[in-house]
Amino acid sequence: MAADAATNFVIHLGSFWLPRQGSTLAPQVDRGFDLALYVGVAFFILVVVPLVLFVWKYRRRRAHDVGKPTGHNTAIEIAWTVIPLAIVMACFLVGFRGFLRASVAPAGAYEIQVTAHKWAWHFQYPTGKSTDNELRIPVGRPVKMVMSSQDVIHGFFIPEFRVKEDVVPGSYTSVWFTVPKPTQTLLECTQYCGLGHSGMLAKVIAMPDADFDKWVHQVKLQGSPVAIGRGLYTSKGCSGCHSINGTRIVGPSFKGLWGTTSHLSDGRNLVVDENFVRKHILDPRSLPVTGYPQVMPSFKGQLTDEQINDIIAFLKTVK
Amino acid sequence: MSDSTTPAHPERSAPAHPERSRGTAAGTNYLNAQRGIKSWLTTLDHKRIGIMYLVSVLTAFLLGGIFALIIRIKLLFPGHYLITRAQYNELFTLHGAIMIFLFIIPSIPASLGNFFVPMMIGAKDVAFPRLNLMSLYIYWVGAAMALLVILIGGVSTGWTFYAPFSEGPDAGHVILMTVAVFILGFSSILTGLNFIVTIHKLRAPGMTWFKMPLFLWSIYATSLVQILATPVLGITMVLLALDRGFHIGIFDPRYGGDPVLFQHFFWFYSHPAVYIMILPGMGIISELIAVHARRRIFGYTFVAFSSIAIALLGFLVWGHHMFVSGQSVMAGAVFSFLTFFIAIPSGVKVFNWLATLYQGSISLRAPMLYALSFLFLFTIGGLTGIFLGMLSVDVHLHDTYFVVAHFHYVMMGGTVMAFVGGLHHWWPKMTGRMYSEAWARLSAILIFIGFNATFFPQFILGSRGMPRRYYAYLPEFQGLHVFSTFGSWVIGAGFFIMLGYLVYSLKAGAVASTNPWGAASLEWQTATPPPTENFPVQPVAEHGPYDFEEVVAAQAALEGSAS
Repeated sequence: MAADAATNFVIHLGSFWLPRQGSTLAPQVDRGFDLALYVGVAFFILVVVPLVLFVWKYRRRRAHDVGKPTGHNTAIEIAWTVIPLAIVMACFLVGFRGFLRASVAPAGAYEIQVTAHKWAWHFQYPTGKSTDNELRIPVGRPVKMVMSSQDVIHGFFIPEFRVKEDVVPGSYTSVWFTVPKPTQTLLECTQYCGLGHSGMLAKVIAMPDADFDKWVHQVKLQGSPVAIGRGLYTSKGCSGCHSINGTRIVGPSFKGLWGTTSHLSDGRNLVVDENFVRKHILDPRSLPVTGYPQVMPSFKGQLTDEQINDIIAFLKTVK
Repeated sequence: MSDSTTPAHPERSAPAHPERSRGTAAGTNYLNAQRGIKSWLTTLDHKRIGIMYLVSVLTAFLLGGIFALIIRIKLLFPGHYLITRAQYNELFTLHGAIMIFLFIIPSIPASLGNFFVPMMIGAKDVAFPRLNLMSLYIYWVGAAMALLVILIGGVSTGWTFYAPFSEGPDAGHVILMTVAVFILGFSSILTGLNFIVTIHKLRAPGMTWFKMPLFLWSIYATSLVQILATPVLGITMVLLALDRGFHIGIFDPRYGGDPVLFQHFFWFYSHPAVYIMILPGMGIISELIAVHARRRIFGYTFVAFSSIAIALLGFLVWGHHMFVSGQSVMAGAVFSFLTFFIAIPSGVKVFNWLATLYQGSISLRAPMLYALSFLFLFTIGGLTGIFLGMLSVDVHLHDTYFVVAHFHYVMMGGTVMAFVGGLHHWWPKMTGRMYSEAWARLSAILIFIGFNATFFPQFILGSRGMPRRYYAYLPEFQGLHVFSTFGSWVIGAGFFIMLGYLVYSLKAGAVASTNPWGAASLEWQTATPPPTENFPVQPVAEHGPYDFEEVVAAQAALEGSAS
């Protein structure tokens, strides 16, 4: 049971304000935090010191005193508009750069499927191994979480890694990170999801690469997602229209399709990614691809979320 | 409610209500011109409506505050304590929903605004007195429905109603609550509409736009947001109720909907709503600082236009609530950029207020203590917004206690301090009585200390990784939680003392003079409490709202001749 397991977990502090830096993304985020802190403290002093000074110096001495007439000072008004603007724009840029880096996973990142549901985390690895409320990752390699929810919106948050992203039903979101050395930490749900929200925690274990490889290949019985996906490719009839060797049957061949840009007859150009494939399987009419007849049936209700994940995993391997 | 039977009034502002004919008789004022509960419930007097709103929103504040105190007591301990998980989820939902929809949104405009907007422009009433009363009744209907939700078992979605959780079986009485919010929205729209027309059409002779007290500029800006943004909330609530009730497939992915769309709709209202909450507070602060430092606001024009700028820019930043929702990187970047842009007018207002204190004649009466609290706390609230506006840093801080602390510093440290400061500032004018200055200062200091003790530790909790809306938490966070809870008791003590001396002043307070602070705006130039028609003769705005010299000199001369 995940609920009330909180006592087993700790977030280790790295400084007064922040947890220790568990991922390679953390130092950049923390530099942004420090910048905001310096700017904040500086402006706070700039406001509060004069405030206290003025209140003391200009306190009313006689009941019928009035203040000096208010003048104009265009120079000072421009200065206190433009200088803060420049400072916050610098903050914007620092935040934007960090965000951009955190948003784009390096090519070849090790992918783990994350499925959230009330109130637990399910992790599926490429070998077919899966775990619940325990995320194991290899040290030193970029790891990408491809996440979806089975019920309501959850939030994937590892404080020590400085990563967070909502896990949304009906579409995929992702985060990535590289953990430089073996460690253990905590994953928390940050999007309110009901009674078990505060118990929706998972243990995160970063293992040396070799140990991880050994662990992840100890697979029992069920096949890998790629193998299951390949099976579905034939059993569900995809192979009737989509080849895997580059020839055109009715629809486009799956060979090399992943990651290409698809031109739609309504003028949109969309990358063939997790959300595209999922949407196309469930509602093909919403994504009419130029040059192909609109004959694909919807597989809504015929494939589970997990099976769609498997097909996506298979599709990625058809090169 | 039809105005068509009433003949159009040729004069600018002279709706002929029967109750008004006695308004000018000596010794009568709006409070004693008519008596009995019925005279209140059927009144068209903006002042009485303002008072009824005031009592209503303060009751909501009390209720929401008690919920907050219970939540804080539970959080003394990391595990199960005092209340169940389900009760906890209902309590924080009701705390948020009541504080936002029943208290803080109507708080300043509907109570102090209703009372003082017409008086400050030298009018006899708002433009549409019947509409004004109707908006109060609509508010009561909405509030009654919200109370009904509490009585029949609550709602536990959080005040944000995020789909698809709010469409699930464990969310409680969502449809009833959304209908309540929908109804409350109309009250807000009607109030805003009334103020816009009133400020445009009923200003006294000589009252040009730039002779208006800054409170009116901020109320005007707020009203714009109220009538433009609130319909979006209404539509969103209807769609949510239909989606939950009839599965029409707007937000719930089970029926083909998009849950992130709900967040866009919700924040398209609820971010501008932040400015509905803070702009009137900023307006009050301009009044308090000017009057109690007896100095014209530095950069009046800038402060006036910055309210309008904030109101309009406020429509363009809703996506900064959604940096980790799965919206695109591009959208995140644009929203972050615009967010920093809107920070500037708010920041510059703080500098203007500081510059007004410089060379002022500062009295440290209770209203000024609250204004100074506002400057201190709102500055912290604004500056911690820099952390949250920065995309990469927000990823870490989003949905943690850091955000909780940030918006309490802005909403409670900002708006509530301004509201309470305004309440003390205008209390003598509204009630005709003075409160005890010593008790008022004590309560202001307690609230200031208690507030910081409660919410500053929450910044630390958040940056260390404590998510919001958690019933149970990691044991290492207990120390800061306990500190926060102790702080909440100090705030509570401050407010209960305030309740005590304010109520006591109604019975036994010293009789207030016409203009106890030496203020120059029009509401202080008529009797205390004001007559039903506000002014015995049509006032003329001869000087600006912050020209204190004449007023104070005249007061001094009067006192000199009396002694």
